[in-house]
Amino acid sequence: MDATTSAAELVAALLFILSLAGLSRHRTSRAGVAFGICGMALALVATVVVAAVDISATATVLILVAMAAGAAAGLWRARLVAMTEMPELIAILHSFVGVAAVLVGWNSYLQVEAKGAEQTHVAAELLRIHHAEVFIGIFIGAVTFTGSVVAYLKLSARIKSQPLVLPGKNALNLGALAAFAALTVWFAITPSLGLMIAVTVLALALGVHLVASIGGGDMPVVVSMLNSYSGWAAAAAGFLLDNNLLIITGALVGSSGAYLSYIMCKGMNRSFISVIAGGFGIEAPASGDADQGEHRETTAEETAELLDGATSVIITPGYGMAVAQAQHPVAELTRSLRDRGVDVRFGVHPVAGRLPGHMNVLLAEAKVPYDIVLEMDEINDDFASTSVVLVIGANDTVNPAATEDPTSPIAGMPVLKAWEAEHVVIFKRSMASGYAGVQNPLFFRENSSMLFGDAKQSVEAILRALGDSAPAAGSGAGRQPAGAGT
Amino acid sequence: MAATPETVRHIIKLGYEVVVESGAGEASGFPDEKYTEAGASIGGAWQSDVVLKINEPSQEEIARLKDGATLIGMIGPGLNPGLLDELAQRPVTVLSMDAVPRISRAQSMDVLSSMANIAGYRAVVEAAHVFGRFFTGQVTAAGKVPPAKVLVAGAGVAGLAAIGAASSLGAVVRATDPRPEVADQVRSLGGEYLAVEVEQEASADGYAKQTSEEYNRRAAEIYSEQAADVDIIVTTALIPGKPAPRLVTAADVASMKPGSVIVDMAAAQGGNVEGTVPGKAVVTDNGVTIVGYTDLPGRLPAQASQLYGTNLVNLLKLLTPEKDGQLRVDFDDVVQRSVTVVRDGEKTWPPPPVQVSAAKPAAAEEKAPAPAAEEKPGLSPAAKHTLTGAGMAALFALIAVSPAQLQRNFTVFALAVVIGYYVIGKVHHALHTPLMSVTNAISGIVVVGALLQIGHEGTAVTVLSFVAILLTSINIFGGFSVTRRMLGMFSKG
Repeated sequence: MDATTSAAELVAALLFILSLAGLSRHRTSRAGVAFGICGMALALVATVVVAAVDISATATVLILVAMAAGAAAGLWRARLVAMTEMPELIAILHSFVGVAAVLVGWNSYLQVEAKGAEQTHVAAELLRIHHAEVFIGIFIGAVTFTGSVVAYLKLSARIKSQPLVLPGKNALNLGALAAFAALTVWFAITPSLGLMIAVTVLALALGVHLVASIGGGDMPVVVSMLNSYSGWAAAAAGFLLDNNLLIITGALVGSSGAYLSYIMCKGMNRSFISVIAGGFGIEAPASGDADQGEHRETTAEETAELLDGATSVIITPGYGMAVAQAQHPVAELTRSLRDRGVDVRFGVHPVAGRLPGHMNVLLAEAKVPYDIVLEMDEINDDFASTSVVLVIGANDTVNPAATEDPTSPIAGMPVLKAWEAEHVVIFKRSMASGYAGVQNPLFFRENSSMLFGDAKQSVEAILRALGDSAPAAGSGAGRQPAGAGT
Repeated sequence: MAATPETVRHIIKLGYEVVVESGAGEASGFPDEKYTEAGASIGGAWQSDVVLKINEPSQEEIARLKDGATLIGMIGPGLNPGLLDELAQRPVTVLSMDAVPRISRAQSMDVLSSMANIAGYRAVVEAAHVFGRFFTGQVTAAGKVPPAKVLVAGAGVAGLAAIGAASSLGAVVRATDPRPEVADQVRSLGGEYLAVEVEQEASADGYAKQTSEEYNRRAAEIYSEQAADVDIIVTTALIPGKPAPRLVTAADVASMKPGSVIVDMAAAQGGNVEGTVPGKAVVTDNGVTIVGYTDLPGRLPAQASQLYGTNLVNLLKLLTPEKDGQLRVDFDDVVQRSVTVVRDGEKTWPPPPVQVSAAKPAAAEEKAPAPAAEEKPGLSPAAKHTLTGAGMAALFALIAVSPAQLQRNFTVFALAVVIGYYVIGKVHHALHTPLMSVTNAISGIVVVGALLQIGHEGTAVTVLSFVAILLTSINIFGGFSVTRRMLGMFSKG
């Protein structure tokens, strides 16, 4: 490790910090990505050059082959992925970091511990610490790996997203942690292959159980939590290899990911610990089956009429919009209404979708200007003065029970106050309850009506109906046109 | 009239017997028979234990009060200290409806609000009556009519009612107010808020305060500019217990177009407009009508009575918790303490200040109805400090016994954790996904580990490293590329 490498590592680390800082604002976000790419390029080139000095030409070729193949696969996926599939993509990418961390840990074992006294990598007085580091690195990496894979499977609907409830699941989690601590101590005293396998299997199982027991509604938190884990995994690898760049970068990603998860949890008024431990979504709905009264159905034509006469409209999108791929027709509807002088805005709940900021990405893809896409806190007071609210594929995030029914499982979760508007139209496939498994009293309110069907087709039908009725003659929306006839 | 047949029914339900002065409800369209139907008797009301009234009592009326009686009405303790002294000479209790504190719980008794609401509406109707044109802009076959422009000075309850009424008639409405926090309320009713750009503290008690000199100078400029432009001015500026501030000068009035109308809702307190004659509508030399009626709520008598009567009933409900017709004043209750200006012949005004209302904290109070909205209780500060201390001690112990290399690593690690926390502290919510995919790409840095291991110590290590490099490369390239793609889509409208 010479001075040039150290310099490259330090500069790369600073570039990563600039990258994360840049990503906090729209204006600087592109520059942020550029910084990140520069930092990564610098780190890779410096490392490859250093590595190439004392390995065979074959190994260097192998590096280049692996990187080229990985780059090709990565770029290909990134270009093709639909924006609705972002959560899955990010989850599976996290799992790669996890695998890599496990492999680095095993390699380190093979280089050091497996050779016993013959090894030359680690000074004798640091050997114990190295043993423990191998274990910690493998443990975090493996948990990240299987956790991400389960998250990926849940997000892509390959397995059920209902939380898995094993008896004594908290005891299982804590037991696994205790077992890990015990194994680490044992391995630090007498390293052996059996213990390596044991800890790997234990961590893989823990990762599966952790994420399997978290419900689909909490997925935004899970994804950002796994993001954080992947950072800690990288940091652990850094300790293992005594590499500052890995430590810095891993810690950056780890702590920023943890903070992001914390923001998400605040958005749901839920304790961080209980989400991580899979505490949410298992309580039986207390008042779900109470008689809520009748809901009213409406048609696309009626909704179009309602929108045509409205002065202000707020659209609250949810995961349903992503599932139905309805963001493009919704954007079209937004443009059409704005052309008619209707004030259209979007109210996005912090946990709408399956990824933090998921809705924003979808709406941006459909070319909805980001300055009309508002956060819950920015828009919540405006619902009362809004003519029509379109709830597209959202459910729990607009549930009045959260503020009105203290016995509700989602009580205390901040929600979009859609019900305060003059009219609420809810786009939904059926009367089924949302991810939290709670019935939504909003559907039965006087001022709500349900528009059943696929969100995409419903919005398209509204667009057609709006197209049939030509925009109101004369000036501005809402104003009375000329009184006197001809 | 302080009670309608409807509110009489409610008062009887509270256990009281009700006596109504003959002919008291006529102006509001309630004949005596309606009151008897509701269960009241007609007769001399001044000998009752509780006397309900609208305006302040005359000297003669004070003399007619029974010893130990309670008088409830609009006394105006701040403006009429003399009257208060006179009342205090009798062994009576006096509750002033206009001294209800501005807290959420007391809103149902806040007669100033309910009367101001009526008055604000009526002010616009009076203006429309005098104003010789449409409020709304119209394009007709006979030509185009521009909309009327209305300036509302003061966006309190009356001002907001005026803004709502004028904008629903179709006028272009602008409003001024020294409290910047009302801007959203103005907009919500269809008005445009004209900000006076001066440092100004937020109101703590829900009423406008007297304003600074700098502010007044700038505000005067705004009024002068607006006077020349608008067709109608409605002024509502009042400061509790003080004469009304002068907002519109004679020169401003002179600069208005002929046919313009000013409604000065503060006429009774001296007027916001130079040239206002309380109780009358006057026309200036340049054809501007200044309406100074002081009885605007009374011009909608039935509803004014209904609302005032309901305010009274709500106060009586509070004062009669047992519903047994026995009135009790509880001085531990801030509402009851505040409205009581004389108790058993002893002056109790002004009350201690009540520090809750329309500024920021109160907004939260009104908007969060259910206690469930409160956050779950966190750790107590003591527990937090203990935990932090324990954590620091453990960290210290751990690092103190570590070898030098580990110490260096820990230093770097700890500092990086803190930077990571702060660097994304204010991330925009829309950028959560791109941020996550970039951090994901960056955490692909773990590839460095594999790069340093490949080609050393045999095939197994090389194969594992190869796989690790392959996977993390997907991560790095895919992550950055998809982030760029996402950010490319964000566009401003």
